Amino acid sequence: MGVRVQREDFDIGAEVRRLAAGRTDIGAIVTFTGTMRGDNDGHRISDMTLEHYPGMTESELARVEAEAGKRWPLQASLIVHRIGALRPGDNIVLVVTASAHREAAFAAAEFLMDYLKTSAPFWKKERGPDGAERWVEARQSDDRAAERWTKRE
Amino acid sequence: MSVKIRYFAWVREKTGKAEEVLDLPGNVRTVAELVTWLKGLGPEYAEAFARADVIRVAIDQAHVKPTASLAGAREIAFFPPVTGG
Repeated sequence: MGVRVQREDFDIGAEVRRLAAGRTDIGAIVTFTGTMRGDNDGHRISDMTLEHYPGMTESELARVEAEAGKRWPLQASLIVHRIGALRPGDNIVLVVTASAHREAAFAAAEFLMDYLKTSAPFWKKERGPDGAERWVEARQSDDRAAERWTKRE
Repeated sequence: MSVKIRYFAWVREKTGKAEEVLDLPGNVRTVAELVTWLKGLGPEYAEAFARADVIRVAIDQAHVKPTASLAGAREIAFFPPVTGG
């Protein structure tokens, strides 16, 4: 179990190998990687800056991860989220979930991403080819995606 | 009550500051009352909190609702809906 907020890129293969090293109780590992698109809502994007709330970001990610661990039998999980300057094609976020069987790993990975997107204090500011900057607006579809996990209870 | 107030993303840009320590009057007891009071501090605050309904709040780094009490708060943060992931 772990959460990290960092400027540096991450290596998906290395993260998965570290998470599973020496374990024989894991039968399924799911990874989700969020990457930066070169366009958003019809705007072309040259680069982006990710701002966050140091301290609260880590505690929110840990809270969401702990919640996933309560809902599904996870052997291990990891959330890595980047901050700072990013360009199209760059990695933004990595979620890894490991369980004995695939159902829990798939569901927990989706849950982690849905909750992270609506509760972890990150904000994206995009810059277009003309230099114009705009804060990315939150999507209602993200709120709906997170809400479906509460309706099941 | 003296409390640290922090602003993030476009709330920070509109107020022109990332954080400040403010002495709150005794009649400011909830998040909603604090927003109303902040709006009166100057045009930059009025502008920052013009869309108060979309601004999110955290007390001591945990999400809270506008009705939340400020009692015992050490750090209050205002920010737009989050857009990570």
